[in-house]
Amino acid sequence: MTSELTSLTAPQRHQVTVTVNGLPRSAEVAPRRLLSDFLRHDLRLTGTHVGCEHGVCGACTILLDGKPIRSCLTFAVAVDGRDITTVEGLAAEDGTLHPVQQAFQDHHGLQCGFCTPGFVMSACGYLAEHPDAQDDDEIREEMAGNLCRCTGYAGILGAVKQAAEVLRETGADPRDRHRPGGATLG
Amino acid sequence: MKPSPFAYHAPEDVDAALALLAELGDDGKVLAGGQSLVPMMNMRLAAPPALVDITRLTDLDHVTVDDDQVTVGATVTHERLRTHPDASRACPLLRQALDWVAHPVIRNRGTSVGSIVHADPAAELPAVLALLDGSVELRSTQGTRTVAGGDFVVGPLESDVQPGELATSVSFPALTASTGTAFHELARRHGDYALAGVGVRVDLDDDRRVAAVRAAFIGVADRPLVVELTDALSGQAHDALDTGDAVGHARDQLDPNGDIHASGSYRRHLAGILLDRAVCDAVAATTSTQEAA
Repeated sequence: MTSELTSLTAPQRHQVTVTVNGLPRSAEVAPRRLLSDFLRHDLRLTGTHVGCEHGVCGACTILLDGKPIRSCLTFAVAVDGRDITTVEGLAAEDGTLHPVQQAFQDHHGLQCGFCTPGFVMSACGYLAEHPDAQDDDEIREEMAGNLCRCTGYAGILGAVKQAAEVLRETGADPRDRHRPGGATLG
Repeated sequence: MKPSPFAYHAPEDVDAALALLAELGDDGKVLAGGQSLVPMMNMRLAAPPALVDITRLTDLDHVTVDDDQVTVGATVTHERLRTHPDASRACPLLRQALDWVAHPVIRNRGTSVGSIVHADPAAELPAVLALLDGSVELRSTQGTRTVAGGDFVVGPLESDVQPGELATSVSFPALTASTGTAFHELARRHGDYALAGVGVRVDLDDDRRVAAVRAAFIGVADRPLVVELTDALSGQAHDALDTGDAVGHARDQLDPNGDIHASGSYRRHLAGILLDRAVCDAVAATTSTQEAA
């Protein structure tokens, strides 16, 4: 009995394979590895930022199977086999910014930039499910899960509204990697 | 911060999960969405030796609605339940409360059953369960038992789930047209834990007068606090409500603690204001009143 319990409580390492920004990625990790640290340390994708590590600041927001989640409140082992999009998966291959990223630049929706990847990923998830977004109060509420200590949020609000308009014009899914010119969408 | 080391198990079916939980006993902790447990582990407030991840148990991924009740499986996320049209129709308080639960990004992963089992005194869903007299189904290798909603939360962050048990589903009664509900709360930032909040259930009689009223307060006690308000409101016409006695009676029952966010007296005052709004909204939400309007 004792030996069985020991084997059940021994923190074995696990092989975790996920699709990140369209590519299969794999690493062996301890169960306690947070998805945020898995992305940053094991996969060297440091675009996803780590702020509070208890779900308040939103800097670590990524898309899991197309929906925004907190990567700091998720264990890497728990998402084996799933599909992940990080901020690195948005700009076009030639470096052209994604409409949401471009809107943040146009509206000065960032200053230090620490919170920006989280805001951008939250916005992408939100706009995918609410392509008609234009109401200030609704956008504020939807983005309220992310904290910015620099901008005062006005620029961020303007950026999300601009991105919504641009995406409506092109019909692009904000969760997909940007394709300049908008060709072959969907 | 980072969690302390633990063993991870991801069983593929409920029986395997129950066998693991039975063997692990006190060492085992169920992981569903993790939106309450993982922050506690990150802050080392919790350090379970082993986690049993139930998110691969597809048998628990269900919302079933019939004439009597809405039953929610253990892996259903807040957002899925919040946007479930049949569940919202049968038991509108679910949608009314879930609109206040956390931020959208948290709702995408957190589970409704998990929130109830976590039993945070400021969480909305444990109050909904207590207010509506729902029930929780608990399974273990020893069998299945059902706990009444009013008995499920036994203290702050403490529910009636015993070592080896898994909360497989929670049921909420379907409400009739003469019953109205509402949920109000105030937080510094919508989606954060409430300074105070209240869910209200009002039953009207055939003359559209108040027949019964209950309220469940959150954030003002060590668990959801259910207050009977029928004596203070019964007989009042739906279009001529005076909530003064009810607010006074409720405030007499509340003695909340203060903290960095709000003093105890402010929370008590706020709870009364929210109760007034929720009672009026609940009466207005009864279908019989809407049809009469």
